[in-house]
Amino acid sequence: MSVQNRHIVIGGAAGQGLVTVGQMLSKGLVRAGYEVLVTQDYMSRVRGGHNTYNIRTGVTPLTGPAESIDILVALNQETVSLHKRALGSDGILILDEGFDAEGLAALHVPFASLAPKAVFQNIAALGVLCSVLGLSKDHAATLVHDSFGKKGQAVIAQNLQVLDEAYAWGEANAASFEKLPSAVSRAPRMFINGNESLALGALAAGVKFCSFYPMTPATSIAQNLITHGRKMGVYVEQVEDEIAALNMGLGASYAGAPTLIPTSGGGFALMTEAVSLAGVMEQPVVVVVAQRPGPATGLPTRTEQADFNLVLYAGHGEFPRAIFAPGTIEDCFFLTRKAFDISEKYQSPVFVLTDQELADRHMGVEPFDLDALPPVAGPDLSDTDAQAYKRYVLTKDGLSPRRIPGYGESIVLADCHEHTEDGHITEDIDMRIAMNDKRMLKEEGMRSEVVPPRFFGADRPDTLLLCWGSTEGAAREAANVLNGQGQRVGVLSFTQVWPLAPEQFLPLLETVPKVVCVEGNKTAQFARLLRQETGFRPHRNILRYDGRPFTASYIIGKLAD
Amino acid sequence: MLDISIYGDYHTSWCPGCGNHDVLKALKEALAGLDLAPHQVVHVSGIGQAAKAPHYITLNGFNGLHGRCLPPAQAVKLANPSLTVIAESGDGCNYGEGGNHFLAAIRRNVNITLLVHDNQIYGLTKGQASPTTSEGHVTKSQPDGVTNASFNPIAVAVAMRAGFVARAFSGNISHLATMMQEAIRYPGFAMVDILSPCISFNKVNTFGWYKQRCYELGPDHDPGNWDAAMAKANEFGEHIPVGIIWRNNERMALDERVAVCKQGPLGRQSVDMAVLAGIMQSYI
Ligand SMILES: Cc1ncc(C[n+]2csc(CCOP(=O)(O)OP(=O)(O)O)c2C)c(N)n1
Ligand code: SF4
Repeated sequence: MSVQNRHIVIGGAAGQGLVTVGQMLSKGLVRAGYEVLVTQDYMSRVRGGHNTYNIRTGVTPLTGPAESIDILVALNQETVSLHKRALGSDGILILDEGFDAEGLAALHVPFASLAPKAVFQNIAALGVLCSVLGLSKDHAATLVHDSFGKKGQAVIAQNLQVLDEAYAWGEANAASFEKLPSAVSRAPRMFINGNESLALGALAAGVKFCSFYPMTPATSIAQNLITHGRKMGVYVEQVEDEIAALNMGLGASYAGAPTLIPTSGGGFALMTEAVSLAGVMEQPVVVVVAQRPGPATGLPTRTEQADFNLVLYAGHGEFPRAIFAPGTIEDCFFLTRKAFDISEKYQSPVFVLTDQELADRHMGVEPFDLDALPPVAGPDLSDTDAQAYKRYVLTKDGLSPRRIPGYGESIVLADCHEHTEDGHITEDIDMRIAMNDKRMLKEEGMRSEVVPPRFFGADRPDTLLLCWGSTEGAAREAANVLNGQGQRVGVLSFTQVWPLAPEQFLPLLETVPKVVCVEGNKTAQFARLLRQETGFRPHRNILRYDGRPFTASYIIGKLAD
Repeated sequence: MLDISIYGDYHTSWCPGCGNHDVLKALKEALAGLDLAPHQVVHVSGIGQAAKAPHYITLNGFNGLHGRCLPPAQAVKLANPSLTVIAESGDGCNYGEGGNHFLAAIRRNVNITLLVHDNQIYGLTKGQASPTTSEGHVTKSQPDGVTNASFNPIAVAVAMRAGFVARAFSGNISHLATMMQEAIRYPGFAMVDILSPCISFNKVNTFGWYKQRCYELGPDHDPGNWDAAMAKANEFGEHIPVGIIWRNNERMALDERVAVCKQGPLGRQSVDMAVLAGIMQSYI
């Protein structure tokens, strides 16, 4: 067990309330000033099965999930058998006194007497956990107020009483377990996950329209826009299929509404024809692809980074696009906002590529500074010289002013064929070439403002872990651990994966003795692109495609192979 | 009444004698009669001969993908309800590739007008059967005759209690223009299925064939009576009723029900960072 940090895993069947306990505890820890990083592991079913809620907490920064467990809370017997091997040698198992600890050091909790009714078991578990960790009872009590506030004083009082007794029981029986070091006091932080952060980023960019068809793990993005959309003036429509979702999105965008379309790989596969439409129509739209393992329905609730090629090449014909790949909860906010800016400025489809691990990863983060945000580009609202307006006028930088129908007298004709400057179908050879060149020119503009990859770790590294998207956290932690052991390991993390600007990173890659690409798929999709674009071939790849997220220990283990 | 010349005069790629020419004429007449200037209207289409219409008239236009004219059309209206939105395409586009969107649009009931050029064949791809081609009709692709039962868009729409359901014949331009105006005025999803001959590929349902069979519904037909509408919807053969078959007087358009849509164009509504700051507080 690390002195500074703990990894708590709460396991049980879906529907047993493990998420409630986990969320209350995590939020309490964030409020108390601790670092918190939560990952969720669940099966594609509503009741039963085996799920875990995994909380890493402590006083030193956390960037990614862990594998080895310090405190295992078993809400059923299956949790003990499934996870006992991951429990560290000085770890603790917390379980009901009726369960079998299967030979492990355990704290048997008399839940039947601490919780007069089964519904109070969550709170009893919370009380015991708080006392074991040394989190003050006041923090737990405010959470009870927050959670049950709407249900009235009587319910609050009952829950508080259960909390008191469970906490006291913990104090009396778990005194020998080491508490968390005390946290530094700090300004209030948000307890937020990737999809929530992403939705806030879209709201900060001025999103006004969202059409979606439900698909894990993207659904909660739309759900967040529904929840906050009433206050922020966003219209969200659940549609008949993903084909409708993106075609609708393009209609809304044409009519002037900044638009976000959330989906996952299977849904995105259906959208690819409309991605091509966005390309030729030069219609801005932001599509979020929250990856999960395929092919087809794959592992619906697990994680993977295997849809990179799909997003990179989606759509027939040639047209520019940009792809962002947030690596952190903060990136989800800032890069989604940037995606709207780039999409509008270059009038192109722009993608935010996340995955289940990042979508569901909860952390304590500083509130985003809304005052410091740069502006987001918008359409041409001038309506000057309406008679002469041409939607696709040829320009030196490929950018034609985009006007909005009905905002003035300009006539806006958006078209899916090859077209003339005023949007009419054409077969003319010279116009075809001019229009295709004009569209592709925008890619050069996008390339000139690519977000450079981030570097972490030892300067002049012997080994460089090259990663993109959610893998950054595990790679950073792996580098930290190895550097602590005297190695020289760096991390280069790409948060924009297309277009690439090789001058930003190639000089570094060429000087490092060993470059290792770490990504969540079987075929090293990003490494291949890198080679195709730059001729540089990473010396090694560490790949994971078992549906589980990268952890530092996984990377360190593979490096040692 | 606006001057019809404001909608422009374009060369088309349609065959001389194709029903599409008359549908376009009727549309211009209908819009002029309603005093709708080009910048107040958005014309959305899919792919096919009929779907080229936005290229032959001066209006705001969104010429999208095959089968997909309804999703963007509905979104345009939701994003800016002050616009008049007309979706226009062929029978293959709307009932074949776009069948699911057709059903969803009926259920969603956004205040838009759908004009379907129903020539009972695929024109642009040179004569394959469409969903509305009659059973037994021989084509190059269906040399033994169409084996699928023919899709009856009117009956489906009436069965689903769609907003406004009419049928018209391109050969009667003034009646067709009136049907278009009624559809545009209707505050909800309104469709006009327009029998419009393809002179090149449909040698069965010709101008003469339609002309001989189509008859105008008189005042004795009550479009508010669902049973009567269902009976008329199922009449197709020796006699084909044209006119308003069904009108639902009880449903309210989606864009009329959604608070945020009624506050003006979505893209013009401000983004309140103070409200967003409050939302962020709720995560603390
Ligand atoms: C996705 C897709 N599939 C097929 C086509 C080819 N295609 C173009 S028009 C058309 C059928 C048009 O028939 P209809 O909608 O009845 O219109 P018409 O040409 O008869 O007016 C087809 C199949 C296409 N453009 N896109
Ligand atoms: S092929 Fe048929 S539908 Fe197409 S333009 Fe000619 S007549 Fe009209």
